[in-house]
Amino acid sequence: MDKMKVLAEWSYTPTKIDKGYTRKTLYVNVGEPRMEIRDVTQDMIDKFTGGRGFDLKLLWDAVKDTTKWNDPENEIVLSGGPLCGITQYPGTGKCYAAFISPLSGQTYDSNSGGYWGPLTKFSGFDAIEIQGKSEKEIIIFINGDDGKIQILESNQPDINAYTITENLHEYFATSEADKRSISVVSAGKGAETSYFGCMNMSFYDPRRKVTRLKQAGRGGGGSIMRDKKIAAMVVKYSKMTGNENNVVDLDTLQKVGVKLHKEIHDLDDSQCKMRKIGTAHLNEIMDEYHLLPVNNYKFGQNSAEIAKIHSSEYEKLFTQGLPDGCWYGCSMACAKAVDGFTIQTGPCKGEKVTVDGPEYETVASLGSNVGVFDPLWTIEANFYADHYGVDTISLGTTLAFVCECFELGLINKTDTNDLELRFGNKKDIMELIHRMAVGTDEFAAIVAKGIRYIKKAFAEKYNSDAKTMEAIGMEGQGVETSEYVPKESIAQWGGYYLTLKGPQHDEAWLIFMDMVNKQLPTYEDKAEALHYFPNFRTWFSLVGLCKLPWNDVEPANNRIVNPPKEAAKVPEHVQNYVDIFNAVTGKAIKKEDLVTMSEKVYNFQRVFQVRMKQGNAFHNIPLRALGPVFADEWDARKDYYDGKLKEIGVEPAGLSTEAKIQKLQEYRLGMWEGLKTAVYKRRGWNKKGIPTVETLKRLGIDYPEVVAVVEKYSKPEDVIA
Amino acid sequence: MRWLKTYAEKCINCGKCMEVCSKTYFKEENPALSRVVITDPGAGRNISVCNQCGACMAVCPTEALYRDKNGVVQLDKSKCTSCLMCVGYCPTANMLYAATKQTEPFKCVACGLCAKVCPTQALVLVND
Repeated sequence: MDKMKVLAEWSYTPTKIDKGYTRKTLYVNVGEPRMEIRDVTQDMIDKFTGGRGFDLKLLWDAVKDTTKWNDPENEIVLSGGPLCGITQYPGTGKCYAAFISPLSGQTYDSNSGGYWGPLTKFSGFDAIEIQGKSEKEIIIFINGDDGKIQILESNQPDINAYTITENLHEYFATSEADKRSISVVSAGKGAETSYFGCMNMSFYDPRRKVTRLKQAGRGGGGSIMRDKKIAAMVVKYSKMTGNENNVVDLDTLQKVGVKLHKEIHDLDDSQCKMRKIGTAHLNEIMDEYHLLPVNNYKFGQNSAEIAKIHSSEYEKLFTQGLPDGCWYGCSMACAKAVDGFTIQTGPCKGEKVTVDGPEYETVASLGSNVGVFDPLWTIEANFYADHYGVDTISLGTTLAFVCECFELGLINKTDTNDLELRFGNKKDIMELIHRMAVGTDEFAAIVAKGIRYIKKAFAEKYNSDAKTMEAIGMEGQGVETSEYVPKESIAQWGGYYLTLKGPQHDEAWLIFMDMVNKQLPTYEDKAEALHYFPNFRTWFSLVGLCKLPWNDVEPANNRIVNPPKEAAKVPEHVQNYVDIFNAVTGKAIKKEDLVTMSEKVYNFQRVFQVRMKQGNAFHNIPLRALGPVFADEWDARKDYYDGKLKEIGVEPAGLSTEAKIQKLQEYRLGMWEGLKTAVYKRRGWNKKGIPTVETLKRLGIDYPEVVAVVEKYSKPEDVIA
Repeated sequence: MRWLKTYAEKCINCGKCMEVCSKTYFKEENPALSRVVITDPGAGRNISVCNQCGACMAVCPTEALYRDKNGVVQLDKSKCTSCLMCVGYCPTANMLYAATKQTEPFKCVACGLCAKVCPTQALVLVND
């Protein structure tokens, strides 16, 4: 391959990591171009810990109140956190990205496995900020071996993820073995037209001899990369040792890590089967509990078709017996691959490829939610979503919404440029995905911008009924809902729609606690869970960890020695986190401190949203998320929903289905308001969801500029008594 | 394949095997650093040592564990990331680690020094 032209180059002396931190961040402005290495202050560590905390602090300082996603000052900030890159405990290679999202117009944070987080830290940086807009197509290269930062003029003819990633591992490696020393962040052609472009972060799989992709999928980070004309970002670090983080207490770290390796070895086969099937083991479980989204969340189950996407069907397609961890030391190894898959459509038709995943979310989003129960189609859609650089969840949920609009007659074949977008029409749905990546089809370009944009565009352009779209468009804060039907769990309404950034599933998944195990009977119980779990799970994002090894395996005695509600927290694993954090950093935190550390960043991010939304950072919920919207939806579980009416003192006999739906909706909207107030109160926020000054003071984040935002938008009448 | 065959019933728990093993590889007489582990030095005595089954090789993410020409499972330290998954996945708990000495794990490489010093032939190096 021809050498790429160097547009800018800077040398630096990589700082060695000490106790998990380099205490340096890298700033690159791709427009000017300019590079700076900045110091991390002790206050930044004390208040923001690292990872997503550092991302948000740096982003806050970089943007204006009015910054839009495609303004040059918007940044992509990437950070691993103090535990990122240790190899002794499963799930420690996560990298967290933050930016102002094209979907929501406020901050979004998204995380990925792959080697980018650890290798950039080993190259000397706790966080990396990318700002500005380039005029030329560029590749940013961080060379941790030689202490060089380069902006290269891209010579890559194909920027789609699988191709460019493979090529750049080849380009920057000096040998086959050296390919492991490289990680590439890429997006793809779809990210150019889309608001939900993803960032693919790579690692090299030495057994398969291919590059593998993991995604910081959500929120549109890939769209920002493409807006900045960044074809890829590459890091190289080849001198890795077993203790790059220079931890304080390696002995404890090793002991705690080995304990969990043994636990996964002994229990995974009988618990979550993460090593064999990964998250696809959830398919039939979600179907059984009416939680699998079918046809735009209309239904939660499809008894006739579920056998076709049963995890055993996926298990047959996954290559077994290879360690699949997306960072060294992950014995949970949930990243599955389908090897030798022959592509049937699009620009890669006929090629044999290795496809990562699909995860449960993709099985549902690019499967049951668009009415498709065909693993081979889902794998192909998964491949193209990654390759084109779009988020499988937003893509699938958006397509599901568009299919329902089509079936309801809100749009027609003239509008879709001849696509018959019915649920289950695999050929035309796939064609729409390809058209999004080509970028010339007007309808596809609208669809690529997500549900909130579509609702407005369809109403204006095709005269589609706005009220219906508002009811069935499954977005919150502009972001598409991930793949669980939340209708019957009040706590999960909050888990999805009372979140910092929109309905993803990384804050709280409370459906079983609430709906199945009945452990959260009152608003206060739900509010407590919606305080604890989002904050506890935020902690992973501050230190560079994956959530899965926390509760996708449990100690054998977890549910014996702990009462049920405590068991849901997996106390022994929480203690593991305390132990490894202290072992790496030399600090002496206790269990309770995890939540307090998170609360600082959680509340800071909430104020950040209030700032970017000029006080109007509202939590919306679509009617479809609260219960049935149409008669066939009600009738699919008629006895169940009639029973729900009786529970609230409404006699269903004699009422039309439409009237029943309205009664239940009215009641549940009231419950939503009750839940919201209880949650805001527990979190120390006012009626508008703005943290109070007292909350900021309690957490030590009462910086003048943060307090100013709160004071600007808070009114005395909004205080919750 | 070269490996260390054990006869626990012959063991008199003199400790010479562990002594020579730890001294050879860590320059220190310390049973905690020996690749041969004698447990239950009462009636239920047990000699625990790697049988070269290779289960560790399958979980190593970097293929740092490999079988040499004699069939012995060896660790290439230059490839090892010190993740210790091999420790957690060893079916006989004979992949060992000691943070005070090195970040990487260690195991029996069937050198036979312990067999040589064993006064009762409780350890025998075999090729089969």
